[in-house]
Amino acid sequence: MSNRRSRQSSDPRITDDQIIDLVSKLRQLLPEISQRRSDKVSASKVLQETCNYIRNLHREVDDLSERLSQLLATIDADSPEAAIIRSLIM
Amino acid sequence: MMESSSGTASVATVNTNPNISTDRARWKKKKKSLLQQHQSKQNQNLQSHAKWKTEAQQQIYSSKLIQALSQVNLNPSSSSAPRQGRAVREVADRALAFAAKGKTRWSRAILTNRIKLKFRKQQHKRQRLASSSSSGSTAVATASNGRSSRRHKVSVFRLKGKGFPAVQRKVRALGRLVPGCRKQPLPIILEEATDYIAALEMQVKAMSAIAELLSRSTSGAGSSLEPMNS
Repeated sequence: MSNRRSRQSSDPRITDDQIIDLVSKLRQLLPEISQRRSDKVSASKVLQETCNYIRNLHREVDDLSERLSQLLATIDADSPEAAIIRSLIM
Repeated sequence: MMESSSGTASVATVNTNPNISTDRARWKKKKKSLLQQHQSKQNQNLQSHAKWKTEAQQQIYSSKLIQALSQVNLNPSSSSAPRQGRAVREVADRALAFAAKGKTRWSRAILTNRIKLKFRKQQHKRQRLASSSSSGSTAVATASNGRSSRRHKVSVFRLKGKGFPAVQRKVRALGRLVPGCRKQPLPIILEEATDYIAALEMQVKAMSAIAELLSRSTSGAGSSLEPMNS
């Protein structure tokens, strides 16, 4: 595997094929691109979509934690309710 | 541009070699071992993605999260709403990193980040106390921020030969988004990103389920709760 022609990468053991492999795996995870035709997607586009997707997920988690904090603040007053919920979920 | 496995075969045949037959035989052997490695790696990656999508993983995460949340003091009078949301986010991220069992860089980075932040806060306090007599304390804060951004710019230019600078920028942006991957080379960032995305999706799913459950219990009388069996 190390006999492959590798460009000036920081580590000669990392081949371009490995990178292409990882990028294609990443592409399969992204929700939008997998629906379009697969052959015409560039690595740059995959990276861009990945960044956007991770930012979206972060934003969703932020909104959810906001909502959870509000819910938990209101539910903290009723301690029997919280105990019931905790016993049901865990 | 991305090529399928047939593309890699065409790349190999471009090799100018006088003895073509032995080269082809050698290439076939290499291809077979490569395919096996590729398949084993695929299995590994499939396992990591499937791992995050299992019901059991979500339940493990949910129970850990609720346990941690019950210990957080979420009093509306003590702190403002965005700070509480931020606190919940940190708890959720730590629970997520814990669920990853420390096998990935991003999870270890999240878990050690809290310790680093505490340490850095103490360092800043000491610096501010020391420099408050000589110059303004805000200068110290901005200098530390500027140091981090300058270091980021230097690492971008050092990695040449991996493609256009636009791709470079995107790789660095992706490295900043995934925790613990700021200075990592490209394949590590990609690998971490695939696991991180699967974990984030599970986090969103679990947190929305918990929020749904809580909102239903607070709005209703509490008697209509459905029993959840683990």
